[in-house]
Amino acid sequence: MGPEAHWREALAEGRLLLQRTAEGNAIFPPRVAAPGTGEGELEWFEASGRGTIYSLTWVQRRPPQEPYNVVIVELDEGARLMSRVEGVTPETLSIGQDVTAFVDTSGEDPILLFRPVGDAA
Amino acid sequence: MSDVFPRGRTAIAGLATYGVGEAPGHSSMELTAKAGLMALDDAGMTLADVDALYVCQPTDFFAGLSFAEYLGIRPRYTDNNRTGGSAFMSHIASAALALEAGYIDCALIAYGSNQRTSGGKLATKITNNQWDEPYKPLFPLSSYALAAARHMHVFGTTREEMASVALAARAWAQTNPEAFARGPLTMEDCLSARMISTPLSKADCCLVTDGAAAIVMTRMDRAKDCAKVPVPVLGSAAATWWNSVAQAPNLTMTGARESGERAMAMAGVTPADIDTAQLYDAFTINTILFLEDLGFCAKGEGGPFVASGAIAPGGSLPVNTNGGGLSCCHPGMYGLFAIIEAARQIRGEAANQLDDVNIALAHGNGGTLSSQATVILGSMATL
Repeated sequence: MGPEAHWREALAEGRLLLQRTAEGNAIFPPRVAAPGTGEGELEWFEASGRGTIYSLTWVQRRPPQEPYNVVIVELDEGARLMSRVEGVTPETLSIGQDVTAFVDTSGEDPILLFRPVGDAA
Repeated sequence: MSDVFPRGRTAIAGLATYGVGEAPGHSSMELTAKAGLMALDDAGMTLADVDALYVCQPTDFFAGLSFAEYLGIRPRYTDNNRTGGSAFMSHIASAALALEAGYIDCALIAYGSNQRTSGGKLATKITNNQWDEPYKPLFPLSSYALAAARHMHVFGTTREEMASVALAARAWAQTNPEAFARGPLTMEDCLSARMISTPLSKADCCLVTDGAAAIVMTRMDRAKDCAKVPVPVLGSAAATWWNSVAQAPNLTMTGARESGERAMAMAGVTPADIDTAQLYDAFTINTILFLEDLGFCAKGEGGPFVASGAIAPGGSLPVNTNGGGLSCCHPGMYGLFAIIEAARQIRGEAANQLDDVNIALAHGNGGTLSSQATVILGSMATL
């Protein structure tokens, strides 16, 4: 199984995995070798799920559909990824905001989403 | 490691645009072939002279093969690079090196798209990668919106400043008969335009048009015998920093920082030497980012720079003098049109001709601020 399939298997179990290099640099998306060095000894670990909003956009839709957000999250471990923050509005979502990850398994494919820190799970 | 480039030893000998705006009833290949043949005619050359093809088409991933077949030639070298709208700057780099080495003698670089009259939407099969796609960012628009939002957050850049990029482009377009969007445009129009993916509204987005473009490149000794005065290629460099914006180490700084520095070093020029810059303005934030990254103003000062009127007609740095992708044309991969406007300014053939243009910069952008490539063209006086 390749790293991507391994990551997706974990996600389906509700876990957010990252890889790290021997130097401790966190990596996402999962790879067969460390970016930049080609170093092959990558270690899987379970991410804290905590991060902050690096940037965000609200994609507008034809009313009455509500706009939805697309964000780049910087995880506390250092890696970045694209996602969506649930339970927020354009007024309550901002760059620099602390968020925490959860896996939504209600759809066809499990999806990694975030909610603001402090919101009830 | 410094670059090696045959400065001024190859040149653009011919150029043409065709079907800019709307070209109903034409296929992309027809438009491309027309522009290619017109560029050869402009150079005083024929198809028989062409031994290398560099081509992109909106949806044909075998475009190099299709184009050779369509023209009925058997090129010694065919390049169908897909770095996005910057591909043509890379084409110039590889053509210059192959020409200098004697591997080829005459390169035809061409592009054409009927995306407006064939459907009116951005005609590409390229989309977000599998990590980003589940979150449905509009491709490619939301990626640029994420860059703009970050730039606004870090540097205080405003929507008004971004709108001034669109207003400058429109002002240039209004006196360019080839430009597609020449109607009046006000700050109020821009600020009240329909929001698409915050903070980018429709007024921040490039046009969707048809259009084709082509250039002919050959070695300088031969270019001197062509029909038009050669436009020497002084430098060309491409930078590849990421594909998805989620993986950008710093979303307010693009690979234009690298491509511009390298291309200018090859050419032996600095930003102060550039008489006009043609920057791939797929969105208004692009122009701001590239002005900063290419060194025309400090990082973070792109907003105030464009708001000062510096890039508009009468400003200190004429940018996108044809109206750019925002107001002249944007058939999907604009890079070659930026190159042609730069070459026209050097030749003295531009619709909005500037005085004494000796050094012109053309900058291409591909993907989602992913591929950045810069070409420096000069007049014969710069050799």
